[in-house]
Amino acid sequence: MYKILNAEKLSANVFLMDVEAPRVAKHCLPGQFVIVKMDEVGERIPLTICDYDAEKGTVTIVFQPAGASTTRMAQLKAGDYFEDFVGPLGQPSELCHEDLEELKKKKIVFVAGGVGTAPVYPQVKWLHEHGITADAIVGAKTKDLLILEDKMKEVCNLYVTTDDGSYVRKGMGTDVLRDLVQNQGKEYDLCVAIGPMIMMKFVCLLTKELNIPTVVSMNPIMVDGTGMCGACRLMVGGEVKFACVDGPEFDGHKVDFDLAMKRQQMYKTEEGRALLKLQEGDTHHGGCGHCGGDK
Amino acid sequence: MADVLKKVPVREQAPKVRATNFEEVCLGYNKEEAMEEANRCLGCKKAKCMEGCPVSINIPGFVHEVKEGNFEKAYQIIGESSALPAVCGRVCPQETQCEGRCIRGMKGEAVSIGKLERFVADWAKENGIKPVPAAQKNGHKVAVIGSGPSGLTCAGDLAKMGYDVTIFEALHKAGGVLVYGIPEFRLPKDKVVAAEVENVKSLGVKIETNVIIGKSVTIDELLKDEGFEAVFIGSGAGLPMFMGIPGEQANGVFSANEYLTRNNLMKAFREDYDTPIAHGKKVAVVGGGNVAMDAARTALRLGAEVHIIYRRSEAELPARKEEVHHAKEEGVQFDLLCNPVEILTDDKDWVTGIKCIRMELGEPDASGRRRPVEIPGSEFTIDVDTVIMSLGTSPNPLISSTTIGLDVNKRKCIIADEEFGKTSKEGVYAGGDAVTGAATVILAMGAGKAGARGIDEYIKSKYAK
Ligand SMILES: Cc1cc2nc3c(=O)[nH]c(=O)nc-3n(C[C@H](O)[C@H](O)[C@H](O)COP(=O)(O)OP(=O)(O)OC[C@H]3O[C@@H](n4cnc5c(N)ncnc54)[C@H](O)[C@@H]3O)c2cc1C
Ligand SMILES: Cc1cc2nc3c(=O)[nH]c(=O)nc-3n(C[C@H](O)[C@H](O)[C@H](O)COP(=O)(O)OP(=O)(O)OC[C@H]3O[C@@H](n4cnc5c(N)ncnc54)[C@H](O)[C@@H]3O)c2cc1C
Ligand code: SF4
Ligand code: SF4
Ligand code: FES
Repeated sequence: MYKILNAEKLSANVFLMDVEAPRVAKHCLPGQFVIVKMDEVGERIPLTICDYDAEKGTVTIVFQPAGASTTRMAQLKAGDYFEDFVGPLGQPSELCHEDLEELKKKKIVFVAGGVGTAPVYPQVKWLHEHGITADAIVGAKTKDLLILEDKMKEVCNLYVTTDDGSYVRKGMGTDVLRDLVQNQGKEYDLCVAIGPMIMMKFVCLLTKELNIPTVVSMNPIMVDGTGMCGACRLMVGGEVKFACVDGPEFDGHKVDFDLAMKRQQMYKTEEGRALLKLQEGDTHHGGCGHCGGDK
Repeated sequence: MADVLKKVPVREQAPKVRATNFEEVCLGYNKEEAMEEANRCLGCKKAKCMEGCPVSINIPGFVHEVKEGNFEKAYQIIGESSALPAVCGRVCPQETQCEGRCIRGMKGEAVSIGKLERFVADWAKENGIKPVPAAQKNGHKVAVIGSGPSGLTCAGDLAKMGYDVTIFEALHKAGGVLVYGIPEFRLPKDKVVAAEVENVKSLGVKIETNVIIGKSVTIDELLKDEGFEAVFIGSGAGLPMFMGIPGEQANGVFSANEYLTRNNLMKAFREDYDTPIAHGKKVAVVGGGNVAMDAARTALRLGAEVHIIYRRSEAELPARKEEVHHAKEEGVQFDLLCNPVEILTDDKDWVTGIKCIRMELGEPDASGRRRPVEIPGSEFTIDVDTVIMSLGTSPNPLISSTTIGLDVNKRKCIIADEEFGKTSKEGVYAGGDAVTGAATVILAMGAGKAGARGIDEYIKSKYAK
């Protein structure tokens, strides 16, 4: 059992929890993820590690209810427990392996969409701790859905934008990136984009045009997270990759996003939807539209 | 009087009934039936059957006790060689092992050794007979990685010798393939698998789930920082293979591992669990092993019409005979001597069919089986909405890639000797599918026993110096 030490609501539909998981906290690095399972009947839910404290033995997760399990998870409070919490899974972000001196010479920009801000946070924080201040563009649908603004500000140059213009500026993350590069004379050696697949796809189309190497963090459907089931397979540069062991981060210019997005719909067909409803009865909530589809 | 040339028939759920539920298919013998079947054993002096059993269970010995109605004694005899009789009695490929060698089988049917073993194990369970824990702990700590048959057996044996054993398991439930792979209707999870796990725990073994060795902690850390003096690796062969044909990434194409895990471990077939599973209407399962039979019969129970597509003929099907027979009875269709060449999809990338080519058997290959060769121009299509790939698995490189000095062969299998499970790294032993590639429960169990012997000798010799 893994105790929840702190549970916060970051926005209308985004939840943060600090969970006691000493083995994970001791070994994790930015870019990796965990799988949580709430109780006996719950699904195994992959969630990116948003923060960690090796000394306290805690790991922070941030999530958005998408289906039955995540909706039930949102109701957990401090003092409750997760039955299962396993990790760290996947490969750490490549930044962690690079030579620090080389890294310091690089200009890095992060583009985060929606709940994707959560996995971006540990990376910019890690860079900040190693003496590098990156730029980060955070896009939210609307002001109420913006998360982690204050924390982000402490560790990077933050550019906020909202789809509907309800806060700071109107537009998408891609609009800001284009503006920074084309109008404000910014030059970047690396872009890291994390968010809904559709957003990552468009960031990659833009960065290809702007000639900026781009890393994305893929979030396909997963089951075990250890390379055992193949549910998470993606095509990257014409090769089959398992996101849970080979990723979740990949070269965004090589990922077949269209295929990945179709695969993400696996349990979202008409029939699948009806079935989920049938299986989940009253607990069926969104998962087929409410979640925004792609996260 | 029953015909002594024939096995005492075992009661089973009727095919039509069981094809719609997940209850165990085979109901097993009762006391009278078991004693009657045991009576057929000739008690051979040079018992051929024992040569066929990979762990050399004293078969005439235990069968004799069953005949006499001394079931507890029978259980003890089996227990000298096997730690998981309730499992092996159910899933061993008996027709190629013990029963395949039985003298009775020369003229008539072999003694039903598997069913008798299962009866004895179930009887012991119902009567509360448990393995006896070590009288005294010896204070040495050993770590076991993986809670499949090899890990459970190794841990159990070491605990009986007095070791302080912890099993680390990556998944949230212990049992390995026994919980995530083999379905409920063949191996009941609560009644059999959970009970075996409890038995091992009752010997004092600790099981820590949700720990992925190589990620949550490495073997080197277990040895250096956590005070373990030796490690046994029983991490199985969990990596699924695909064919590499067009359309394989489409929606509706699954590995058998995913399909079975969703259903067995995550209990997708039960409405009170959150995990979804694809309920295909027409399902193609590619492959001919136990895993393929399990996937096919699971899909059938979820309401589909099911085709098994296998490139050789019936004689070469690697699955247990009983499973093939059961699958046929339940209505699974066998498309033999054909091989998929492409998976067809609609504009949304959902599976609509599978294109196959017919095969014929040519010259025998290295394995001694006749090699299937394509018949040019014989392509045909089967309309399906789901394809389950069951082509075999290989060991997961997670451990070998994070452990310094652990040698693997070119198939990514850990190199370990057969007698003691000794690897290239001091204090590290291994066995089961992680060493052999996908094999059988009984071989994994045997390897667990060998590893326990190896570790015991290693630790003892360290202190003898
Ligand atoms: C490596 C990785 C990291 C992730 N990190 C985060 C994170 O930090 N925060 C966060 O909020 N979410 C994250 N996700 C997505 C999250 O795991 C899914 O939203 C969640 O699994 C849905 O579970 P559910 O049981 O509530 O929904 P289900 O009932 O399983 O499904 C509801 C609907 O969501 C769809 N769905 C299921 N799994 C996924 C998935 N993995 N991605 C997209 N749609 C899915 C299904 O098709 C279904 O229609 C991550 C996913 C991966 C693979
Ligand atoms: C569907 C199916 C049907 C089968 N049917 C039969 C049958 O009828 N008869 C038969 O004899 N055999 C059958 N087999 C084969 C048999 O189940 C295996 O040979 C046997 O289970 C191997 O045992 P093992 O202990 O080596 O590994 P496994 O049972 O695979 O167990 C390995 C365990 O290690 C865990 N693990 C892996 N990596 C790590 C890590 N890094 N850290 C921690 N834990 C880890 C895994 O999660 C797993 O629980 C079948 C297999 C399958 C998949
Ligand atoms: S363990 Fe398997 S091979 Fe050995 S006697 Fe039992 S059923 Fe036969
Ligand atoms: S070979 Fe057959 S008949 Fe002979 S001892 Fe073994 S089981 Fe009995
Ligand atoms: S989630 Fe099962 S292989 Fe990646």
